[in-house]
Amino acid sequence: MTSAAKIAVVDYGAGNIRSVAKALERSGLRVEVTDSPHVVAAADGVVLPGAGAFADAMGALRERGLEAAIQETISAGRPYLGLCVGLQLLFDEGDEHGITKGMELLPGRVERFSQRDVDGKLLRVPQIGWNEVCFEGDHPMLAGLPERDHFYFVHSYRAVPGDQSIVAGRCDYGGEFAAAVAKASIFAVQFHPEKSQNAGKRLLDAYRNWVEKSR
Amino acid sequence: MTLCKRIIPCLDVDKGRVVKGVRYIDHVDCGDPVQVAQAYDAQEADEVTFLDITASHEERGILLDVVTRTAESIFMPLTVGGGVRSIQDILDLLNAGADKVSIMTAAVLDPDLVAEAAVKIGSANLVVAIDARAVATSDTGGEARQWEVCTHGGRRSTGIDAVEWAERMAVAGAGEILLTSMDRDGTRSGYDLALLRAVADRVSVPVIASGGGGSARDLAAALSDEKDGGHAQAALAASIFHFGETTVAEVKRSLLERGICVRTPSPGVQ
Repeated sequence: MTSAAKIAVVDYGAGNIRSVAKALERSGLRVEVTDSPHVVAAADGVVLPGAGAFADAMGALRERGLEAAIQETISAGRPYLGLCVGLQLLFDEGDEHGITKGMELLPGRVERFSQRDVDGKLLRVPQIGWNEVCFEGDHPMLAGLPERDHFYFVHSYRAVPGDQSIVAGRCDYGGEFAAAVAKASIFAVQFHPEKSQNAGKRLLDAYRNWVEKSR
Repeated sequence: MTLCKRIIPCLDVDKGRVVKGVRYIDHVDCGDPVQVAQAYDAQEADEVTFLDITASHEERGILLDVVTRTAESIFMPLTVGGGVRSIQDILDLLNAGADKVSIMTAAVLDPDLVAEAAVKIGSANLVVAIDARAVATSDTGGEARQWEVCTHGGRRSTGIDAVEWAERMAVAGAGEILLTSMDRDGTRSGYDLALLRAVADRVSVPVIASGGGGSARDLAAALSDEKDGGHAQAALAASIFHFGETTVAEVKRSLLERGICVRTPSPGVQ
């Protein structure tokens, strides 16, 4: 019997990531919390959590030489799971505190929610709470997941993909937005599976299965 | 697909133990905040809030340890408030594992604190708590239309208009307003709907109703978007859950019957 897959949870100073590590362990993964590009490059999968501002997060990744290591694992076909800001950083650029270039692995921008919904009514920003995500497409992460599930969100910004084919889950907050995106060895979600009770566990179990299959 | 309204049990924590009459939840010893939070996690509460009432700031380490142990054993969001005085206090709590931190008195003493914190940590994790008390007006008979901010558990009045203060804090960068009616707190006579409505209709961030929730009916009224409802996005409650007389899941089923959009409890969740 081979040992459990090892996941690098990237610690780049963007808040507490212990709960992310705990949730991955609950799904049967071995976790190493790290800011070392070498550890990231050697892992079976990479999880990029994150809270806070796009610009600070991107700066912290670059400072530690982590951007290149992450891109290396992604191009080697090892499963990447982005959470919240870990989704946002994949895109071309973000406009939180001025325009900042992202990792440019997915086409599109990260923008603040508009203060008005599609009908012109007040939209409370940030979105805080549990909202339903409808998954779509045929990414391997989605195998075994229900078509729709409720997850916990807390965010003022969201990605606006330049290519609809990367959307893997949709959610409605003042209009539809991309709550999950996927492309080859990338899967990323705007919500927090580590805070989403059973629905979160289902998603992280699916990640474990995907990582196991990809080894 | 729409954002659900939230039900949030709140625990008063003193020197690392749950206080204020928590007797039992499913036979768990309820002195331990970690165990109580786990019980609420199992009931599918949408979040849980710890309010630290430890008088001495020197005992802050105890709270941080409790927050760390709790965050490691639950899989739902945790908000921590009480005695938060500085940006460093906020960072310490976030690093210990809190998802959101709430500030109250410190924001009144230093109105710039919220703006600074919002830049440093972002608005989404920053809650401003407001204790509000109705101001007696000459036209009796009708419901109150004016409330003032108070501090120190309602003992000190500030003369600041609560609705204007809420708006000011939201503009400064609060991601959420936790609004407690000091007139209703602990009475279980229902939330102050006029106060909730006045604030919720003024600010563009979510509002959490607090103070007075005694039944599913009260929570439904606070969360209702109808003309006479509280228009709040979340409801905080303490006593109705702590005494084991009802559970979060039971309350949610009742709210769904009343037409309030909450997350449907999973099958088998009590």
